[in-house]
Amino acid sequence: MVATSNLTYAYKNEEILVFPDIELSTGQHLLVLGPSGVGKTTFLYLMAGLLPPFGGNVSIAGMELNSLSRNQMDTFRGEHIGLIFQQYHFITSLNVLDNLRLRQSFTKNMNDPQRRKELMERLGLSEHLNKKVATLSQGQQQRLSIALGLIHKPKIIFADEPTSNLDDFNCAQVLELLREEAGICGSSLLIITHDQRVMSHFQNQVML
Amino acid sequence: MNLAYLAYKNMISKPLNLLMSLLLLLLSVSLVTFVLQLSQQLGGQLSRNIAPFDMVVGAKGSPLQLVLSSILHLDAPTGNIKLKDIAQLQKHPFVQHAIPVSYGDNYKSFRILGTGHDYLTLYNAQLSEGILNKESFEAVAGSIVAQRLGLQVGDNFISSHGLADSGGNVHDEHPFVLKGILKPTGSVVDQLLITNLESIWEAHDHDDARHQEENLLENGNHKKGAKVGEELHREKEITSLLVKFKSPLGMIQLPRFINENTTMQAALPGFEVQRLMGLLGSGVQTINGIALAILLVSALSIFISLLKTIRERKQELALLRIYGLRTGQLFRLVLLEGLFLALIGFVLGWLLGRLAIWAVSQYTQVSYGYGLRVNGPEIFEFFLLGLILLLAAIATLLASRSIYNLNVAKTLSNA
Repeated sequence: MVATSNLTYAYKNEEILVFPDIELSTGQHLLVLGPSGVGKTTFLYLMAGLLPPFGGNVSIAGMELNSLSRNQMDTFRGEHIGLIFQQYHFITSLNVLDNLRLRQSFTKNMNDPQRRKELMERLGLSEHLNKKVATLSQGQQQRLSIALGLIHKPKIIFADEPTSNLDDFNCAQVLELLREEAGICGSSLLIITHDQRVMSHFQNQVML
Repeated sequence: MNLAYLAYKNMISKPLNLLMSLLLLLLSVSLVTFVLQLSQQLGGQLSRNIAPFDMVVGAKGSPLQLVLSSILHLDAPTGNIKLKDIAQLQKHPFVQHAIPVSYGDNYKSFRILGTGHDYLTLYNAQLSEGILNKESFEAVAGSIVAQRLGLQVGDNFISSHGLADSGGNVHDEHPFVLKGILKPTGSVVDQLLITNLESIWEAHDHDDARHQEENLLENGNHKKGAKVGEELHREKEITSLLVKFKSPLGMIQLPRFINENTTMQAALPGFEVQRLMGLLGSGVQTINGIALAILLVSALSIFISLLKTIRERKQELALLRIYGLRTGQLFRLVLLEGLFLALIGFVLGWLLGRLAIWAVSQYTQVSYGYGLRVNGPEIFEFFLLGLILLLAAIATLLASRSIYNLNVAKTLSNA
């Protein structure tokens, strides 16, 4: 599902970052561990096609990202890739429901109300659909952020430090949630973190 | 969900920004449309009213005043002329129509005009009910007079002296009978009560003996009554003669002849109205200039407001790229927001302009007897809308250049 080979990246006037080759098959989960500053997020952005690599290749679902134009990359990403950020990003002028509808609107499997309803019920957000995003609690925002990363049933879900702001109890819950939802979508899951607590939850691990 | 919905939501999420841009746009649009409507309708009414006549002959004085008083019924007359002095003119080979008019009385501020039926014919005035006046002290009413005073065919009314309703000095020996009501013509006829010339003469013949002294004290606005009664019986007078030429030669020869060789004055309504509109036109241009300046400022305000919004929303725009929107769609999103703003501003401004026309009309109707119509959109206004949309589009595209260089990865990690 996801494969990288000889992936490198260089920021201006800095040393070249070299990333390990990884290979992840459909439905498989992978934890990428490493201390702060080794380029974990850069690795994730390269795999999600948000940064063009200095050298090497990324292929997702058999598609070479290097071969896609900027517009093709946007469309491909919107459809097949789910991203969950360390910091939550929402469209603040829209309410919860409209944020979810927006996420579904520019992909091929347009506007699936059934999927939306079920997901909101499982994440306990059904009561808050008409609220402004800013009025949600931290935990609710976290769950909405996860929902936005996978409501469109992506082939691969990338999660960047999803647990860094959470206490032990919530950390375990969020990881369980991610694993469960990825399972329901049949998606591969790749988590990037420096959080040691996550290690025990995943067997498949790579150190950066 | 489509881009239009998101653009709309984004637009209303910052009400203060929205208000500022809207107000400027609204101000300029309402100013332009209002002034244009005003000058167009004024010019239209003036030219409609003077259309039947090429020349006015009256007592010496200001030619503009003669035209305003005798044709448009806006001013006081310059004086009277003797019926015998115009007899020759009426038979002149260059003259097609020469219609004597006489006035000086009013009923509840609406002027009573003594003239012949050919006056009505030239304004294409037709009866909507009743019959035309035949005998003395029979009258027909213009549509606005009838409507405003609630007059019915068969009603009696008593004229009073002067051109405005002063309350006193009524010709109560001679009540008029309303014989007919005219259809709306869109011309000055709508504002008049029309009778024959004899009614005006007779009303004043009888009154003269009684009012001689007080009339002498009045100023020259109404000279008919100021004449000694005896003289008036012998020499009939009219206020002015409205002339339509048969041949353009008349226009060249007759006015000059009258002005140089008689005690009367000839004025050309077309020329006088053009002079008046020329004065008005420079005012209109000045206001249009100001409105254009405000329009440019409003485009600048939309530009600044969008520029600010795009900076503030950089992360959301990056997020939309994650959601599968292409750069072109982000442009379209911001463009739609700018165009919405322009469209709403235009529509509200247009409505405000028409509201102002309506309000001014209420005033002019009472003060001058001329109302204004609240018209639907005009072709020029569609051009104005196009111009505003174009300006908004340019402002938006200039403001959204940064979208093209948006670095999604960097923008999202700098949260």
